[in-house]
Amino acid sequence: MRQIELKQVSKHFGDIEVIKPIDLQINDGEFVVFVGPSGCGKSTLLRLIAGLEDVTSGQIFINGKDTTQLAPSDRELAMVFQSYALYPHMTVRKNIDFPLRMAGLDKNERARRVQEAAKALNLTDYLERRPGQLSGGQRQRVAIGRAIVREPTAFLFDEPLSNLDAALRVVMRLEISELHQRLGSTMIYVTHDQVEAMTLADKIVVLQAGVIEQVGSPLDLYHNPKNTFVAGFIGSPKMNLLSGSEAEKLGAHTIGIRPEHFTIEKDSGLWEGKVGVTERLGSDTFVHLHCPQLEQAITVRADSTLSVEYGEKLYITPDTDQLHKFDANGLRSHGQT
Amino acid sequence: MSTKHSRSLARIMIAPAVFALLVWMLIPLSMTVYFSFKKYLPLRGGDLGWVGFENYSRFLSSSSFWPAVGTTIFIVGSVLVITVILGILIALLLDQPIWGQGIVRIMIIAPFFIMPTVSGLIWKNMFMDPTNGFLAHLWRAVGAEPIQWLSHASVASLVTIISWQWLPFATLILLTAIQSLDSEQIEAAEMDGAKPIGRFFFIILPHLARAITVVILIQTIFLLSIFAEIFVTTAGAFGTKTLTYLIFQRVLESQNVGLGSAGGVYAIILANIVAIFLMRIVGKNLDN
Repeated sequence: MRQIELKQVSKHFGDIEVIKPIDLQINDGEFVVFVGPSGCGKSTLLRLIAGLEDVTSGQIFINGKDTTQLAPSDRELAMVFQSYALYPHMTVRKNIDFPLRMAGLDKNERARRVQEAAKALNLTDYLERRPGQLSGGQRQRVAIGRAIVREPTAFLFDEPLSNLDAALRVVMRLEISELHQRLGSTMIYVTHDQVEAMTLADKIVVLQAGVIEQVGSPLDLYHNPKNTFVAGFIGSPKMNLLSGSEAEKLGAHTIGIRPEHFTIEKDSGLWEGKVGVTERLGSDTFVHLHCPQLEQAITVRADSTLSVEYGEKLYITPDTDQLHKFDANGLRSHGQT
Repeated sequence: MSTKHSRSLARIMIAPAVFALLVWMLIPLSMTVYFSFKKYLPLRGGDLGWVGFENYSRFLSSSSFWPAVGTTIFIVGSVLVITVILGILIALLLDQPIWGQGIVRIMIIAPFFIMPTVSGLIWKNMFMDPTNGFLAHLWRAVGAEPIQWLSHASVASLVTIISWQWLPFATLILLTAIQSLDSEQIEAAEMDGAKPIGRFFFIILPHLARAITVVILIQTIFLLSIFAEIFVTTAGAFGTKTLTYLIFQRVLESQNVGLGSAGGVYAIILANIVAIFLMRIVGKNLDN
């Protein structure tokens, strides 16, 4: 049973409570993503699991064994760091070999496993180079290689793609996803980018200020956000959150409408708005509307064929079946809409 | 700064400095070479004419020459080994968060600010004096016969004094190097299963290679010309005569400038041999 379980885990740095007591279960083969704004404690939570930070209270079980007091090296986890943390004085081969060497494996077995990992990650041609001679994407792959050779219980990724440029990030995202499918191993991935979270995860853990806001599959979070924070955080562009008299009319303190759940008309509709910036992505067009009745800007997804000009008037009507209703505390006030 | 105009301007601007440096170096060097071919005895007739290579052969055939070279190399080598090893250990300790870190660091660095003459005298009179020195009291306290440090263990005593003086320098440079190590690398090594000893030998020590090279090169330059510590403690007796000290004796005690100058040229050659040797072994660490 390759499983990780957190029981009432919390962490204080001095007087500051970074992680409030958390319960979480991560199952065999799952790709779990911790996502949240910066400073929400997602990296700290990962470091607690890795053993690089000591828990203030609570217990961490890996494979059913209480590992709360174990050193990082004894937890059988592998980690990919944000800075890659490759050893600059070692060649790629030695970098990948390092965990095996520390584990005291025999030489032939080590060479075989390094070769295998290098092949899986397209690094065979670079084995004799130093990290300084590699590009960002290659370094990233070496860091992943160093993690997979040990065949650990789980992989921990700490914002591994944030140092790459946008194009490479998409490529590496696919590679990591591919790797997960192929190895079938448990992965825990920390990111502040909700697109990465949505595309990679089997299970997303949304964190804010050291508290788990919601745990669920990407689509579950997208369709049934538990509160306004998750509703606003998951999805791009963001969900429109309205409060005030127009929301009261629809029967909630706050209502959330995703940009794709509007009907756009040129002559009549529920709300009138003046077109602000239009973002044309080719497949979709996002129109930012300033609606006087709502006293705020609304983002609407339109067909790419829609032709509107800056300052033009448009009417929008929300799709009433797709409304998300929240009460005064920001909590979802009824089930599936 | 890359147009033709700005480049030639830059050359003109640095010319005075280059000129001053050349004069500073070339004049004493050529005077040394000039005197080394002369019989020049300031108190016994002054300049007595050219003598060819006689000074060189006399200096080389003197019974003190090879022992002096040996002592020089032994002292330099021992001090390097002691300061680098202890320097790494102390730097590792100072890198730990400890109570009173600031004060401890200043105290560790203090010996470097003490003038060589003063530190030589402090060690000679306060620590190594066979009747009243601290070490003598310590030995008597455990019922042992006090050691006559500067006569019976003279070279070891000198190595101790000089190491004590240069340890802060090594510690300081190595400490800054340790602090520049990316903490994620240590954490990565921890995750990869490396125990503290493994982390030291596989991660920290290779990271320090460049700093160790710098310490060795700089210290060698200064240690080859160690003088004051020997002058105030043993005055070159009991086998503590280094090449520098031998030259000093030839010029000032024997009043033979020509012979001393020839020794000076030998010292330059020795320094260069050591330098080439060092650059071969450790210089490649500076490249990457």
